[in-house]
Amino acid sequence: MRRFADLFTRLDRSTGTGDKRAALVAYFRDAPPADAAWALWLLSGGKIGGSRARIASSGELRAWIAEESATPSWLVDDSYDAVGDLAETLALLLDDPATPAPDLPLHAWIERRLLPVANADAASRRAVVVAAWRSLAFAERFLFNKLLTGALRVGVSRGLVQQALAEASGVDIALIAQRMLGEWTPSAAFLQRLTSREAQPGDAASPYPFFLASPLESEPDALGPIADWLLEWKWDGIRLQLIRRAGDIALWSRGEERLDGRFPEIEAALATLPRDAVLDGELLGWRDGDAPLPFTALQTRIQRRKPGAKTLADTPVRVLAYDLLELDGDDLRAHPLEARRALLEDLLERHGDPRIAVSPRVEAATWADAAGLRAGSRARGVEGLMLKRRAAPYQHGRKRGDWWKWKIDPLTIDAVLLYAQAGHGRRSTLYTDYTFGLWDGDALVPVAKAYSGLDDREILKLDAWIRAHTTERFGPVRAVAHEQVFELGFEAVNRSSRHKSGIAVRFPRILRWRHDKPMQEADRLDALKALAR
Amino acid sequence: MTDLIVLRPEGLYCPAGDFHIDPWRPVPRAVITHGHGDHARTGMGEYHAAAPGLPILQWRLGAQAYHPHAYGDAFALGDARVSLHPAGHVLGSAQVRIEVDGEVWVASGDYKRQHDPTCAPFEVVPCDVFITEATFGLPIYRWPDTAEVARDIVAWREECAARGETAILYCYALGKAQRLLAELAAHTDRPAFLHGAIDTGTTIYRDAGIPMLGTRRVADEARGGDFAGELVLAPPSAAGSPWIRRFRKAQQGFASGWMRIRGNRRRRNYDRGFVVSDHADWPALLRTVRETGARRVIATHGATDALVRALNDAGIATGVFRTDYGGDD
Repeated sequence: MRRFADLFTRLDRSTGTGDKRAALVAYFRDAPPADAAWALWLLSGGKIGGSRARIASSGELRAWIAEESATPSWLVDDSYDAVGDLAETLALLLDDPATPAPDLPLHAWIERRLLPVANADAASRRAVVVAAWRSLAFAERFLFNKLLTGALRVGVSRGLVQQALAEASGVDIALIAQRMLGEWTPSAAFLQRLTSREAQPGDAASPYPFFLASPLESEPDALGPIADWLLEWKWDGIRLQLIRRAGDIALWSRGEERLDGRFPEIEAALATLPRDAVLDGELLGWRDGDAPLPFTALQTRIQRRKPGAKTLADTPVRVLAYDLLELDGDDLRAHPLEARRALLEDLLERHGDPRIAVSPRVEAATWADAAGLRAGSRARGVEGLMLKRRAAPYQHGRKRGDWWKWKIDPLTIDAVLLYAQAGHGRRSTLYTDYTFGLWDGDALVPVAKAYSGLDDREILKLDAWIRAHTTERFGPVRAVAHEQVFELGFEAVNRSSRHKSGIAVRFPRILRWRHDKPMQEADRLDALKALAR
Repeated sequence: MTDLIVLRPEGLYCPAGDFHIDPWRPVPRAVITHGHGDHARTGMGEYHAAAPGLPILQWRLGAQAYHPHAYGDAFALGDARVSLHPAGHVLGSAQVRIEVDGEVWVASGDYKRQHDPTCAPFEVVPCDVFITEATFGLPIYRWPDTAEVARDIVAWREECAARGETAILYCYALGKAQRLLAELAAHTDRPAFLHGAIDTGTTIYRDAGIPMLGTRRVADEARGGDFAGELVLAPPSAAGSPWIRRFRKAQQGFASGWMRIRGNRRRRNYDRGFVVSDHADWPALLRTVRETGARRVIATHGATDALVRALNDAGIATGVFRTDYGGDD
């Protein structure tokens, strides 16, 4: 555990990304694989045991520390309020052992001490936790408590961890990212497969990492001749990867969630494709006619694990596919978009099922023509245009240069909920005043407060979530886990020296709760600054 | 019996002796516990203070009507018999002992129980009523061994040196900086560079004969000089100022009891936090109250709520004086 505690300490210092990456690379090179696998799990936001295998609730931890440190429970609570982090509070309330116990590796702590007592009687669980407190020095004790309370929150993004693994192992980062998609269990064997240069059996069954477009911040003329670009509508739906391999069917969202069962009509259409394929496209609510249903219609479908006949009839969905990543087992990602697209059009035209159709090309002879078409986006129910370089391969992650989203209404952002405060009047017992942040480097910076935009049902749901995911309290304000993404709309952005972010947004309001969007993909502060007057 | 010390709008007041302790508004006669700005202010008719702290008061307050007293020497103010006793906080810091008709009250000012090579150690003064600070009045505050922290600072400077960076260590200009310099002298010979505000206080400590690490003034170095690999001490107020920009590549640390909490360091964006405090930690507060034998305790500033409740629960009648003293450390 000492090695992992040292890594955590290095990451926790507010040094730059390069230093953090170097610390991670050194760790992944030197740590035993069984440890490194757990480190990867924890740094990726994984928890130990989770709800199915309870080791200690926060109430139990508070009670046990009160007993062990001979501190009255009210004083434990006061201390927690001052610190704002339970794991840290627990570590601070005890003195270091006179002689620390010999070091036990991270995986041994988890696999031999903690997991065996998961769901056991309270006395057994307490004995393991207290023995750890009594034997570990501060840094390790703090980290041990973090294992119990969840989420390390040490300012390391998943991308950074993957970069470090790629550098330490010599395996391409795209392959690492792909192998980490979906469900996995931390073990030496998993890490070995993850960082193996040999093809792995699982490589064929998993989705590919999504290629993400960047917002276009300049005029498109800067992109060169329009003939080099393929234009599509920017749909306002749910990005999906559709996999059909030897009769196996899977739907993956960008949140790395399998959506099997939720969209049976899409699965049925996928099953009858003439060839095995992996498609990238957009799931949209679509009754008939030329325009999709608004995104809110789709929200009723996302929630339903097994939609009934009424839901299926009320909100029919379809996929508009825009890329073909694999055909008959061949990985096409290195091919130019134009070639992939031709194969996609051929495949889907032969299929002829409107539930999986090609996202049409938008034809424009000049950038000015394109701008004219884009201006009509709202009437079409789309968010603007996608500009994709015809010669570009399918990359992974958000790589600038080849895929741009040219949205019509630039004054919306996807922001992460950071703080919540109780409202007033009717809402005084609910957390309804929210503060949202955008990414600035590896940190989330507050940019806007919003009070309206959610309906009563959503407010109740979010209130419950906030209470269960509070990380710190500052008087009436709660800091919450950085997980929930909301689309905010606003009228203008102005530069401001009074705000830490350097900008002030006018009339911000919540447009919708982006359940589908992982917080890593919230917008960046730079994008908002670029819009500021 | 009436209380020997009461809270007045201008500060703590002793009616029997007709004087104030560390008042925050002008009064005719003040007893000053130590030279920090929230305790020693201008505008008092006369100043009674411990003799070792006199040069500090003269630096901070200029020419005033000073009455220095040796530690332990009793003097009369009105009907009160007053004496000053080491508080272990900074050079010349004092507790104020007041005796009237056999009743003894002690006002602690700021104090600590840890070893500090720059000032006389805290003296336990038995009393009936103890007025205590409570800056760090929560059980999460427990100080590590300062020598260990000094070694960490030296190791940090070496780490910075290996990366071609300056190690800027923020610390309070009076007391903390000199204590660090004295502690560091045991672990390194390499001189530290000082911000002007710290240099003046350091000169006073040197004149008092306190051994410390060699120092140089940043201001004396040539413009555009390179401080890579050096340790620079600066007051926290210098953070983000134009002064700090001369150190092109630098890491920034803060030496304070507040650095015990990770969130404090992260909120202020320090690369490193070093836990060194000139105040009593939680165990020291409880131990001190116990050792004074006081039957009644009054907490003045800091996390008073928790301390008051804990002491009351332990059977010691405890209340609060709401003072204007700050939480700097």
